[in-house]
Amino acid sequence: MSATTNSSSGRGGVGISATAPPPRRVTTTIRSSNRIFDGVSWVVLVVAAIAWLLPSLWALKTSFTSNGTSAVGAQAILNDWALTFDSYLTLIKGGDLWNWYLASAVTGVLTVVISMFVCSLAAFALSRMNFRGKKWAMGAILVGIMIPSQVLIVPLFAELNQMGMLGTYWAVILPQVPQVIAVFVFKRFFDGLPRDYEEAALIDGASWWRIYTSVIVPMARPVIAAMSIVTFVWVWNNLLLPLFVLSNPKLMTIPVGLATVQGSFGQRVSDIQASSILGALPLVVLFLIFQRQVIEGVAGSGIKG
Amino acid sequence: MSAAPAAPAPAAAIDPSTKTTPARGARRMTRTAWGFLGPFAVFYVLFLIWPVIYMFISSLFNTTLVHRGLGSFAGLANYREMLGKNEFWVSMWNTIYFTLLTVPPLVFIAFVLAVLANRVQRGQWFFRLAFFLPFILPSAAIALIWNYIFTPATGLWPTIQGWFGDTNPQSVLGTPDLAMVGIALTTVWWTIGFNFVLFLAGLQEIPREIYEAAAVDGASAWQQIKSITVPLLGPTTGLVVLLQIIASLKIFDQVYLMTGGGPGISTEVVLQLVTNTAFTDYRVGAASAASVLLFIVILLVTLVREIIERASAKSKREN
Repeated sequence: MSATTNSSSGRGGVGISATAPPPRRVTTTIRSSNRIFDGVSWVVLVVAAIAWLLPSLWALKTSFTSNGTSAVGAQAILNDWALTFDSYLTLIKGGDLWNWYLASAVTGVLTVVISMFVCSLAAFALSRMNFRGKKWAMGAILVGIMIPSQVLIVPLFAELNQMGMLGTYWAVILPQVPQVIAVFVFKRFFDGLPRDYEEAALIDGASWWRIYTSVIVPMARPVIAAMSIVTFVWVWNNLLLPLFVLSNPKLMTIPVGLATVQGSFGQRVSDIQASSILGALPLVVLFLIFQRQVIEGVAGSGIKG
Repeated sequence: MSAAPAAPAPAAAIDPSTKTTPARGARRMTRTAWGFLGPFAVFYVLFLIWPVIYMFISSLFNTTLVHRGLGSFAGLANYREMLGKNEFWVSMWNTIYFTLLTVPPLVFIAFVLAVLANRVQRGQWFFRLAFFLPFILPSAAIALIWNYIFTPATGLWPTIQGWFGDTNPQSVLGTPDLAMVGIALTTVWWTIGFNFVLFLAGLQEIPREIYEAAAVDGASAWQQIKSITVPLLGPTTGLVVLLQIIASLKIFDQVYLMTGGGPGISTEVVLQLVTNTAFTDYRVGAASAASVLLFIVILLVTLVREIIERASAKSKREN
């Protein structure tokens, strides 16, 4: 009943207070209760954020403490604030880490480049062209989304074994090229793009390939960027596939390398935590630079390891 | 605009053959389209479809990694072996137990944090960073951090327990009843950001005007959340629950890295049984049978959700 009078309160409360004082009092109590609610929200969020940051900060602090202190225990680490870079220097000089970075970078970049090209080209055909078997192709894409690829590790291994690709980067790269989700996301995006340009271009005698390269891809740059980054993160973090198909320590990716750290470093707790930090660092940097693309890409595609 | 002047000229320029026979033009378009689909199709068939088929076929054979080919026909022996084996049921139960432990907190906490973060206007980037960052880190880095935190006696976790008076706490990852809880806790911390971001995206699609109208009508913040946010976020919640269940059923990394399935086989999960059977015992056939069984469980979840969705859509139409 007070809705109509109050609806203008957003712009100017003065006029209302003169004409109808009682509703105003109701609004203020709600406002103050909302202020309490917002205050409580803030406290809950801040406490949760601290709880969520704590483990990473703890690893960070340990990595800057000497191995001698960290082996004693948590209390000793809290008491010792003589920070040192020793663990990082050991790792940087150690050599293995660089091989892992190289392996992750090579497999990550190559997979993303091949995958994004192949997936966007397929999505382009599905979005823009009419052809026989299109329904089949769309159905196959939808089925593909439901296949949990991790469950296929054993048949995949057997297949890569027969192809003679085990122990090479290709065994990590090629199986991760068909990102069905990416085709789906690209197609959805292409469907929303205006068709005027390409109709004009087709009449001008341009080929479909030209339309893909010079009309669609430039317009789809943001979505391609977002999917590329998300796919890169996903490939970089994949443990299961490289764990079993790359046995050569020189070719190990970051996750596989990190999985061996605990066994080889034993009691050198600070070195272990420093490896964890260094292994995570490239992705932290990537995330800080491309925060928006990462979040949009993840939210838009629903990729979950 | 640019199309108008260009239109008359190309009529002459277009290859007459395509003009006269539309069927040939359509055939050409089909060929071009499959040319574009081809590269993806090759990868898709080779690395997604064929492994599925091979998994089903080899589950019926005594396939091993020691000899080439499929090996001798085994019928349903691999399935009988798996279904009759205690280790299979333990690992299946552990997988489901892990799913039960992780799905409710991962959905509920993510929902609460997203609703609260969506209300605060200042500092939202900070909360997004804090909750989302762990999700994009490698599981191996996460496991190193949490193994360290859970280290008996010297780790941060037992130390904090000591501050609260528990001077001789049980080792989290070393106690059969606690190990999976420790892995679940790590997983909640690691992956909450994904659900948080999905919820936040869903929240941002709810028009501000609805809240404003409710506020004008005198609805408190709590009432707004209860009668606007929760119902309008229903579809997002359904999606988050489904994706979370599927992700949890595929658990491998955390268990492999944190406990190796131990103590004993108290945290062994199905995907681990699969890889152990294939890569330690070299028995691809038996491993494929276990894979098929997990595959079916995951597909069932998707199917159940599909049925619920259709039923609710139907009842909505009838009302």
